[in-house]
Amino acid sequence: MLCDICKKNQATVHLTEIIDDQMTELHLCEECARHKSAAMEQQFGLSDLLAGMADFGKPEQEEENSAAKCPNCNLTYADFKKIGRLGCGDCYNAFRKYLAPLLKRIHGSSQHVGKSPLAKGKDSVKSNRKGTELVNLKAEMQRAIQKENFEEAARLRDQIRAIESKKDKG
Amino acid sequence: MKINDLLNHTSEWLKGTGPNSDIVISSRIRLARNLNKYPFPHWASKEQLEEVLAKVSDAVSRINMLKNSTIFKLAELDTVDKQFLVERHLMSIEHSQKTEYKAVLVDDEEVIAIMVNEEDHLRIQLMQSGFNLFEAKNIINRLDDSLSGLLDYAYLDDFGYLTACPTNTGTGMRGSVMLHLPALVMSRQIERVLAAIAKLSFTTRGLYGEGTQASGNFFQISNQVSLGHGEDEIIENINGLIRQIIEQETQARQILLSKNREVLEDRVNRSLGILKSARIITSQETIELLSMVRLGCDLGMIRDIDRRTVNELFIITQPAHLQKLENKKLSSDERDLKRAQLIRKKLNLMNA
Ligand SMILES: [Zn+2]
Ligand SMILES: [Zn+2]
Repeated sequence: MLCDICKKNQATVHLTEIIDDQMTELHLCEECARHKSAAMEQQFGLSDLLAGMADFGKPEQEEENSAAKCPNCNLTYADFKKIGRLGCGDCYNAFRKYLAPLLKRIHGSSQHVGKSPLAKGKDSVKSNRKGTELVNLKAEMQRAIQKENFEEAARLRDQIRAIESKKDKG
Repeated sequence: MKINDLLNHTSEWLKGTGPNSDIVISSRIRLARNLNKYPFPHWASKEQLEEVLAKVSDAVSRINMLKNSTIFKLAELDTVDKQFLVERHLMSIEHSQKTEYKAVLVDDEEVIAIMVNEEDHLRIQLMQSGFNLFEAKNIINRLDDSLSGLLDYAYLDDFGYLTACPTNTGTGMRGSVMLHLPALVMSRQIERVLAAIAKLSFTTRGLYGEGTQASGNFFQISNQVSLGHGEDEIIENINGLIRQIIEQETQARQILLSKNREVLEDRVNRSLGILKSARIITSQETIELLSMVRLGCDLGMIRDIDRRTVNELFIITQPAHLQKLENKKLSSDERDLKRAQLIRKKLNLMNA
């Protein structure tokens, strides 16, 4: 099926829009959907759009289990699809396998590379520091690649590997 | 501090100072943060919301950076006060509705605002006037570090800061820059610019955030992506885009000046004339005319009115501000009269 807007690309996102009380089906390619989403965000709020995105995942995506439930807050994956909001932080672990691809579609990545909270407990200090160091190095490596500074990127890659191998052992 | 104390204060974002302040009104960073294990506000019980509010109130009271700030419980504010805070960009429209166990913290300088129990447990906001995102980020980063020492944030190494809506996950950070782009609008180039912005996954909003139309040639541009890029990188990306837009607006202003100077001078001075003499004026018309007057100030066509006065007029002519100034409820018709009166007073004082 071709995209309703550009009539060029394959339609991969399917939305239902209500205009003057009339339901209209829209079949869009990813690019047009992204443009549409900016306009929709203003009109409807994001939840409708997100629900749409969660519904129409890529084919290789894992079969969704709508009854999956967060053990901390009892929100089900079906609830999330309906309201477009997670129930608590633990939901991210409970629905990890569905959320990772969703986050990737929204942000182009599912790996955080920014700051992390100041660690309080002793255990978390250790694991957090290592995690933060890793993500910082990875971000630096990406920047080096973008700037085509490949020597620097290779040096950073070796540093990352060294930390990762230590992490696996310890 | 009481809400009324804010009336005689100029919000940080309206000072009209800072880098590129002829085109950039203000820069804002907001961070979305949640407490570990507590359900997000929309999914939480009353008791849980109350606990979150108590924890956050306790934490903010221990932070040195927040010692000159006040926390307002929204359930204790009347409609005009709530709208007043929205008009000052200290909280969102959504936050002013269904106010149980919601609060907003405001510092005396109106640089910092923290919404408690909005879409996320904490929405921390930092405002700077002019084009100044990095400065805003540096300050908010220190504040966030202090808070994270006192509050157990919901955070995972791979997904980052966990938020109610997956569009904010990761850094939980949104950087926004408010731009005044009258020349791009007048020269009908704005659609092209906005389309380009959308293509680069940035969003454009009007003066009052989500769901509001751009009015008076004001556009608020912010990042959409919050995951997979570090904070500095996100800000660098916004800055790069903003610099290009500033350049285009500057060019458009120069072209208008060189090719259509008389037309421009006519519009600017007619706008000032209407503001100085109108007896009845709506807030929409006010914003549009003030936008022209501001452009006139920026281009040196109007010399006896300063940018700060124009900026202040944008806000004190809003409905809740008018009612606070008059200290009573006013109908829409009464407001249009009072608004015109206030504008005449302010503008005619300036060049008297
Ligand atoms: Zn298309
Ligand atoms: Zn949960």
